[in-house]
Amino acid sequence: MKASLPLAYLLVVSLTSASALAYEVLLMRLFSIVQWHHFAYMIISLALLGYGISGVFIALNRHRLKRHFPTVIVTNLLLFAIAMPACFLLAQKVPFNPAEILWDPRQLLYLFAIYLVLTLPFFFAANVIGLSFYQYKENVSFLYAADLLGAGIGSVGIILLLFGLFPEKILTVLLLLVVLAALTVSTYAFDRQQLNKTKWNSAFLVIAVIAILFLPSLTTLQISPYKSQSQLLTMPETKIIDRQSSPLGLITVVESNKLPLRHAPGLSITADTEPPEQLAVFTDGDNMSAITAFDGDPETVSYLDQMTSALPYHLHSLSDVLILGAGTGSDVLQARFHNIKQIDVVEMNAQTINLVQDQYSELSGHIYSSPEVNIHITEARGYVSTNDKNYDLVSIPLMDSFGSVAGLHSMAENYLYTEQAIRQYLQRLNPDGFLSFTRWIKLPPRDMPKLLAMVINVLKKDNIAKPAQQLIVIRSWQTSTLLVKNGSITTDEINRIKQFCQDRNFDLVYYPGITEQEVNQFNILQQPFLYQAATQLLGKQQNEFIDAYKFNITPATDDRPYFSQFFKWQTLPEIISLLDSGGLFLLESGYLLLIAALTQAIVASFILIVLPLWLWKNKLGIQTDTQNYKQVLVYFFCLGLAFLFIEIAFIQKFILILHHPLYAITTVLCAFLLAAGAGSYFSKRLSHYADKIIIMLPVAMISLLSIIYSMNFEEISSLLLSQNDIARYLGSVLLIVPLGFFMGMPFPLALDKLSQTMPELIPWAWGINGCASVISAILATLIAMQFGFNVLIMLAVVLYLIAAYHFPTSKL
Amino acid sequence: MIKKYPIYQVGMVTLMLFGLLEFSYADDGFQQQRAVLVAEIKSDVEKSSDFLEKDQLDNRVLDAIYKVPRHEFVPVKQRRWAYKNRPLPIGYGQTISQPAIVAIMTDLLQLEQTDRVLEIGTGSAYQAAVLAELVDRVYSIEIVPELAERAATDLQRTGYADVNTRQGDGYYGWKEAAPFDAIIVTAAASHIPPSLVKQLKPGGRMIIPVGGQFMVQHLVLVTKNTDDRVTTRQILPVQFVPLTGQH
Repeated sequence: MKASLPLAYLLVVSLTSASALAYEVLLMRLFSIVQWHHFAYMIISLALLGYGISGVFIALNRHRLKRHFPTVIVTNLLLFAIAMPACFLLAQKVPFNPAEILWDPRQLLYLFAIYLVLTLPFFFAANVIGLSFYQYKENVSFLYAADLLGAGIGSVGIILLLFGLFPEKILTVLLLLVVLAALTVSTYAFDRQQLNKTKWNSAFLVIAVIAILFLPSLTTLQISPYKSQSQLLTMPETKIIDRQSSPLGLITVVESNKLPLRHAPGLSITADTEPPEQLAVFTDGDNMSAITAFDGDPETVSYLDQMTSALPYHLHSLSDVLILGAGTGSDVLQARFHNIKQIDVVEMNAQTINLVQDQYSELSGHIYSSPEVNIHITEARGYVSTNDKNYDLVSIPLMDSFGSVAGLHSMAENYLYTEQAIRQYLQRLNPDGFLSFTRWIKLPPRDMPKLLAMVINVLKKDNIAKPAQQLIVIRSWQTSTLLVKNGSITTDEINRIKQFCQDRNFDLVYYPGITEQEVNQFNILQQPFLYQAATQLLGKQQNEFIDAYKFNITPATDDRPYFSQFFKWQTLPEIISLLDSGGLFLLESGYLLLIAALTQAIVASFILIVLPLWLWKNKLGIQTDTQNYKQVLVYFFCLGLAFLFIEIAFIQKFILILHHPLYAITTVLCAFLLAAGAGSYFSKRLSHYADKIIIMLPVAMISLLSIIYSMNFEEISSLLLSQNDIARYLGSVLLIVPLGFFMGMPFPLALDKLSQTMPELIPWAWGINGCASVISAILATLIAMQFGFNVLIMLAVVLYLIAAYHFPTSKL
Repeated sequence: MIKKYPIYQVGMVTLMLFGLLEFSYADDGFQQQRAVLVAEIKSDVEKSSDFLEKDQLDNRVLDAIYKVPRHEFVPVKQRRWAYKNRPLPIGYGQTISQPAIVAIMTDLLQLEQTDRVLEIGTGSAYQAAVLAELVDRVYSIEIVPELAERAATDLQRTGYADVNTRQGDGYYGWKEAAPFDAIIVTAAASHIPPSLVKQLKPGGRMIIPVGGQFMVQHLVLVTKNTDDRVTTRQILPVQFVPLTGQH
């Protein structure tokens, strides 16, 4: 018997899908605050396996679930609503401490407990959607359209919510949203014979009232005691005086009444001054920066001249300075100390600017409102690529705040540190101007050798005859500063560098004509590693040096924007052999966590897909004498991988055009999902064509568009970049929409075919797709790191072609 | 009878197990564990002797590690891991350092019995107790009041009452007791306080571990020469060269 699909039911599917996507993004935010970003990514990726578990669960119990369909749906909605806040609060109670994971095996158990708990909400949400596909199998294309539409709305909705509410409070909003979905389904989608409406609606209302009354006070964040904010708060008379939230991060302002903060990273050991009064500013409970009191007297901030980053101000007189990523303003104060009259400040996070400019303007001496300072609330790459003003100094400070946006997506793609970015910065320099990078010292050195390799590569590619004549590197025990001059460094400047370093106990690392005897004098390393790196990278053996270096210092590019990826497989055995004797810090844990997450996802997927196949083949609905189920497996697995490969690759590519990662991700993701929803809706019209034709049309179009975009991306981006903001966004959406439209078709087309041949396999196919999506998100990042986004797109095309070959035809 | 009362049976076994665990906490057991720990530290140092520029740590330092009851300085629930060569949480977001790191840092200070040593960040007070085994005068400052109070009590209780403790800001050192032959800074700071460098005697040494609470990434050894020239040495606690072919 065919079940007719009530219109209200589509709304419920959309609301469920929107809430699940919003919850996923929200969990990422919440765990980035209470824990650390990398673990947050791993935990949430694995929790999404709830979709895979749901597929298997429905497949094995489909008859019973179908019999009680209305009750099962409202029960799952109710459980989904409650589980969202409850499971987060429960997971927060698990005493998991990532820092102890290699010391204490119990931590793995705690981690596993968190996975299990957080899998639940996604399991309930997936039950609602997966079971709907099975129940209304003739209308899969509409349901999938509603699912994608909901996800698209969820992706925008959560960003808007994160601008308006503290993340922990959004848990209540999502609960209410799902309760609303449950009320809708109970009231409009089912009749009285199917469901005791009074009983269920009363339950929903009670839950809603309890949530409104009690949940906001229950949902407090328990930030890890090992994060710097928690540690500062253990000091006497220290308290939080301000909290502000946006999708870019949770900003907390902490005041210490008894003890001065004295935040001066990189301060010379011989400095005879110290910072004035300061307020601490934390992003997501970590990454401390400070708002420094300034009364207009430059002498009160003279400590800022005792840092390696002050070097360019000592080389010759500078007029126009550009600071990319100014945060709470210490580098602006440094420029003010050196009497710079024109300071352009670029900062992506408007809330950080507002703190200094409005709330604490009195304390900060109105630094961001002073006539010398021009504020640009935008993303740095966007600013330098759309602005043609030139500067005497372009500075990328130590405390750039751009990393914070990585909360939305995986292991920090960073378009500030790529060869193409460096070329653009250099183009913004006046003759004799400087580009300045200041980085923390890491031992053994990683980021400075990589940065040097990138700068030297750019200079060589741009046919600069003698790159060695334009570079300066100095270091303290804590920071190093690299200067690239637009012109040759003069003898006078070299003398000034030497004096600057001598006065502050800083070391010379590189200047044109340096000798080995001059380096490693004050802050002594076992070997002059950075000097060796600079001379080798400037020489003819550059590539050999990069190959022989035990960390990955291959230059980052826009196609592989992973500056912070230093992991090299070749070094792993040596590091493992040193683990017992304190070599733990050599492990590049971010990359290894991705590998760990991928391994776990593959093992879990294997258990979820292969084990039931082995144990309960009949129960799944597979006839023992047939092999055709393999086609279903390959098709839906490939589809799950390919969809996210393309989506992730294009999101990253469009960040460069739309500049602001947050808006870029939201726009592209939303456009993708809405277009795919439309594609799914339209796919129903194709169903009467021959099997191979209906799948070849979307796959051919996806392949064609992906290849065209990927091969011509430079031309597309330069065309769009020359347009105004509206045209850039509109142009990007217009490019995304056709691709998304065709990507929305293969999934419902195959489910539609299955509904005619082997409807029992629909829930199983849904589970396979869920597992593949989890693997895909992690694998996409690893592939992009290793081979770049273009390779990722090509792989996706191949996967789509494999899927097309295995399309579950009517003859199954 | 036993079959009739399985809960009774489980209860008895549990009690016996707890009894055995308690037995392992007895002092003799701890002394034995300390001996194993010292052997472990010795072997670690031998494996990565490069950075210390010698094959083994000063025997006085190892004796101090052997003597100080680390289990008395960790929270009760962490006691069973007190002699594992690992950092342990002590509350307030702080840890008691890994014994090997304590030993190496202490060794790098090259202490004499008559030296005057300042510690910034008392924490669990274990490091202060180790220092007290080696020198006559130890001064230790802790900023978190609860930790400072607990540390002072623990030092009294374990026979290290001679250690001078204070709750407060360590940025300006301990002026009344300055200058010092050695300073050890275990409290997190955004920079090395220049005021502390000033409280070092000519020829004095200061050691600072850099990294997170559970993982020291490297050590910074500040040395003030007899002519007041200050240099720092950054020491990796393992033998690792970043280029292949260089060992």
